[in-house]
Amino acid sequence: MRKVLSGNEAIARGAYEAGVAVAAGYPGTPSTEILENLAGYGEVYCEWAPNEKVALEVAAGACWTGVRAMATMKHVGLNVAADPLMTLSYTGVRGGLVVVVADDPGMYSSQNEQDSRNYAKFAKVPLLEPSDGQEAKDFVEVALDISERFDTPVVLRSTTRLSHSRSVVALGGRRSPQVPSFSKDPQKLVMLPLYARGRRRKVEERMRALREFSERFPHNRIIWRERKLGVVTSGVCYQYVEEAFPEASVLKLAMTYPLPEGLIRSFAEQVEEVLVVEELDPFLEEQVRSLGVRAEGRRYFSGIGELGPDGVIRGRMRWEGRDPPEPRQEADLPPRPPVMCPGCPHRGIFYVLSRMDVVITGDIGCYTLAVFPPLNAMDTLICMGAGISASMGMAKAGLKKPVVGVVGDSTFFHSGMTGLLDVAYNRGDVTIIVLDNGTTAMTGHQDHPGTGRTLMGEETVEARAEDIARALGVRRVRVVDPYDLSRTEAVLKEEVASPEASVVVSRRPCLLLTREYGPRYEVSAEACTGCGRCLRLGCPALEKDGAKVRINSLCTGCGLCAQVCRFGAIAREEG
Amino acid sequence: MSDVVLAGVGGQGIVLASKLLAEAAFRAGYDVKANEVHGMAQRGGSVLAQVRFGEKVFSPLVPSGRADFLVGLEEVEALRYAGYLGDGGWAIVNRRKIVPVTVSSGSFRYPEDIEGRLRARFERLVLVEGERLAREAGNARTENVVLLGALSNFLDIPLGIWEEVIAHLVPRSTEANLKAFSLGRDATVEARL
Ligand code: SF4
Ligand code: SF4
Repeated sequence: MRKVLSGNEAIARGAYEAGVAVAAGYPGTPSTEILENLAGYGEVYCEWAPNEKVALEVAAGACWTGVRAMATMKHVGLNVAADPLMTLSYTGVRGGLVVVVADDPGMYSSQNEQDSRNYAKFAKVPLLEPSDGQEAKDFVEVALDISERFDTPVVLRSTTRLSHSRSVVALGGRRSPQVPSFSKDPQKLVMLPLYARGRRRKVEERMRALREFSERFPHNRIIWRERKLGVVTSGVCYQYVEEAFPEASVLKLAMTYPLPEGLIRSFAEQVEEVLVVEELDPFLEEQVRSLGVRAEGRRYFSGIGELGPDGVIRGRMRWEGRDPPEPRQEADLPPRPPVMCPGCPHRGIFYVLSRMDVVITGDIGCYTLAVFPPLNAMDTLICMGAGISASMGMAKAGLKKPVVGVVGDSTFFHSGMTGLLDVAYNRGDVTIIVLDNGTTAMTGHQDHPGTGRTLMGEETVEARAEDIARALGVRRVRVVDPYDLSRTEAVLKEEVASPEASVVVSRRPCLLLTREYGPRYEVSAEACTGCGRCLRLGCPALEKDGAKVRINSLCTGCGLCAQVCRFGAIAREEG
Repeated sequence: MSDVVLAGVGGQGIVLASKLLAEAAFRAGYDVKANEVHGMAQRGGSVLAQVRFGEKVFSPLVPSGRADFLVGLEEVEALRYAGYLGDGGWAIVNRRKIVPVTVSSGSFRYPEDIEGRLRARFERLVLVEGERLAREAGNARTENVVLLGALSNFLDIPLGIWEEVIAHLVPRSTEANLKAFSLGRDATVEARL
């Protein structure tokens, strides 16, 4: 049977067909739908772990019982999971273990565009790069086979364009999973220095064997056309090359670490000139050049952002010595950045914060959008959890201004708790706001340890941020409803003024999840003075209408604007 | 090969529209690739989706200046992505203004005479009363499908397949969506002549 699947659906299908028994991950665009789809089959144990490190460790434990396992994450998630990955390279596996990582060239939904392929080299594990949905599905099984044959975890790398593109995929059946069992083998699985030294040698033997294997790996293939130009490429860039260089011969690499050195050399010898086309880092180019092959890549093809067909076409023009034309953009169109939804519970908190003289250390989630005007209520952002820890650093540096750290609920469970323990233990005088909207909203509303439900749809314990904060040693813990602006403001002012650490949990479920819309609000044209105060909320339902303000159909009835208006001009719609 | 670029605002149902088109093209026997935006870009921001179908499709992204159709669910967004449309391509644009926060907060202006600008930029332009037709179909959220109906006049995909795909992918409000589709199709059937 053939079906149109997204890359992520295809990867999930691949895991299903390959007989994966355990899969774990943490939501992150563009990787999220892999686990959601795999869970949908109902036959594979899937879980949202609190973070990627935990996910990879869960998958590792599973594979040591002989079953096949998978961990999924976005590129920055692999930073969190890098610790287990580096040593899993030593222990190796029993059942196959595939680590799926989805990079985000162009940063459509990420804070950086690191090239995660470097991790494969760093950890000395094989790396596969599928170029379309069919390969995305097939390579999961290929990766698991390689994993078992060479006793190593295998990294399967996707990108936004592959994960979120739909293409036609031929499906197969599911192979039945292994029955789990465990036999002791501390030399292999207990990495204390004595045994790790032994495994370290095995890693090198394995890499040698993998290098040989890659020479005959059937998915590394050459498409022969004219011999003037040979292009070396991998992943979704292969598709762009087919369009931009239809006459060139192409060496399409599926395993990009370790590389088939002989195949690359012989390809290069049979063409007059070699180009390497890849996104982000010159990962292939540097390796190809280190073989003594004369090749160009980065000179013509940008390493910044997503390449896309345009990037490859423009690169070709540069290579031909032509200047690529500037795209003809329409002038002075108003920008349309993403915004918090109308009725978003985060808006109340950030509105209050925007009117206080504090430094706000931010974190990853929908609420990061508070950085934009009119709220301008976020001052730093680097990674998951840093909203808490960075506030601590500022306070300990002796900053006179009060520091407020904000973190979402899912982010708090992911890596905020350790930062909060630091605040409690080292007596930080900061105010931490946990924005608890009861879901992982940004990535499409996944469950997490605070929602009371698992990815498999089972009911479970509900972790509460306020209980955790108290257990970690924070004495001042408050809970507010961000729809109640005056109380929220009063509580925040008190906690910021208090001379010790406090945690304020701002609790109100994500409106996009509950869809509990109240009656709309409207502005009375007579009462409105046009002062524009309500517009400082940045609600997309509030529009300037000449000298006054009006409320459009997007209004969800949260009532914040009515609380903000000083002239009583905004009220619930009659009837 | 047919290259379709869909532009609009997060929340207008661009992802569903591209799914419907991709599935319809697939069932009509074409190879197909499509892509869409998730995550941060969806929160009311400017969004883009692309669908390509034909005998064999390589890149899931349409190169600039190559699209056969630009479907704009919002007028400014149609202009923003105008560069995708190739010579002789059709722009099918919803008569709909969604004011971005950058405008409602007063820092930018929504272009006056947007229709004039659309006409100046697109030689072949079809304007669709998406909002009105969606209401007429009984569901204000079906503008995306109204526009697909308009687009369908230009594509070689049998009506029966469209209906099948709508029923399959929008099981909960099939009726309104079928209605929206046919209203969009009927309203623009003459545009092509
Ligand atoms: S705050 Fe009240 S008076 Fe001021 S613009 Fe808004 S609705 Fe009008
Ligand atoms: S009540 Fe006011 S702030 Fe809330 S969604 Fe409606 S317009 Fe926006």
